[in-house]
Amino acid sequence: MTTVSLTVNGQSVTADVDPRTLLVQFLRDNLRLTGTHVGCDTSQCGACVVHLNGQAVKSCTVLAVQANASVVTTIEGIADGGELHPMQAAFREHHGLQCGFCTPGMIMSAIDIVNRKGNALDEQTIRAELEGNLCRCTGYHNIVKAVAAGARGMAQEPLSQAAE
Amino acid sequence: MYAFEYHRPTSVKEAASLAGQAEDMKFLAGGHTLLPTMKLRLAGPANLIDLGQIAELRGIERAGDALTIGAMMKHGEVANSAEVKQAVPALAEMAELIGDPHVRNRGTIGGSIANNDPSADYPAACLALNATIVTNQRKIAADDFFQGIFTTALEEGEIITHVSFPIPSQAAYAKFRNPASRYALVGVFVAKHADGVRVAVTGAGSNGVFRVQEMEQALSANFTPDALNGIVVAEDEMNSDIHADAAYRAHLVGVMARRAVEAATRA
Repeated sequence: MTTVSLTVNGQSVTADVDPRTLLVQFLRDNLRLTGTHVGCDTSQCGACVVHLNGQAVKSCTVLAVQANASVVTTIEGIADGGELHPMQAAFREHHGLQCGFCTPGMIMSAIDIVNRKGNALDEQTIRAELEGNLCRCTGYHNIVKAVAAGARGMAQEPLSQAAE
Repeated sequence: MYAFEYHRPTSVKEAASLAGQAEDMKFLAGGHTLLPTMKLRLAGPANLIDLGQIAELRGIERAGDALTIGAMMKHGEVANSAEVKQAVPALAEMAELIGDPHVRNRGTIGGSIANNDPSADYPAACLALNATIVTNQRKIAADDFFQGIFTTALEEGEIITHVSFPIPSQAAYAKFRNPASRYALVGVFVAKHADGVRVAVTGAGSNGVFRVQEMEQALSANFTPDALNGIVVAEDEMNSDIHADAAYRAHLVGVMARRAVEAATRA
């Protein structure tokens, strides 16, 4: 066993894990954060995307022990209390999902895209940047709309916070 | 995945020392080939030495006519580096074509080169740019480093620390991606140096990355797409699989080489 200490959604976590434990297994099985999904388990589908030190990664292809001393954010960590994150709200508003299995990874990737590329995203950029996230239901059209809207919504986030 | 002992050294020296003591060990860089391979139980090292906490394996630096990149620099970091974009823009563009954004946030230049996947992009860049692979023991010319599919000059326990690229006057990479895996079905990296042009091909060769001397001679005399007219690569040295047969790959080598020269001369 190896001791791993990290911060997940703002909370410090320490655990003894078998070194072969994947980050996604650690999140789901140890912490019961089951919003992060395992789809393909082969680094392709993106259902397991979380933020590791602020960067989107496929948590099925990271060992929990590699995330030692890191900061991890999962889909459970982005809403502000009862209020959805602007990207979550945009996926609901634009019906950016059908079965919902890929949605946590899509949203974590979408927030990462905004962090890297800004709030004004054209369709081509969104489609290219989502190449590591597979959706087998929607044909992507509403996902792309939702990401564009969520990106704009994230720009307004500080304003709404200031108004509160 | 089979069980293993996990080690997290904080210096190259410590990593090398661990490697010397540990039986049946593998180094873990970004893990985006090794971990999937271990999941499939195609690899099952008893000891895994994680290079992720070693600061001296990081960094990008331009000194004189060379660009030096630390072995643990991620594809996304190379793609977005102002130094790389300025010194060898073709290398930044190549890094941006690897995998997807999440893969680029984990995969490393050192890991890619040490693995020498026959469809990986970095081996073509290293060969065309005449890179020097620097290890904790020696410096190895790219021409001597890549020795066939998944085979390199690295000795057991030897650690790549940096890769040094001479800065070319013109360069470009043209990649025909497998749309599912994003690996190169065929990728051609062309670089014009003071002493001639180098052309390196990945994805196509049955023995891994290779140079095309006939193209290099023609382009050294005349660095234009038309210099490639009439040059063909032999089908019998090409890979053939469900994605593309040898004849198609041989054809694509010519097409991608032409596109790379067009891109290099347009810039």
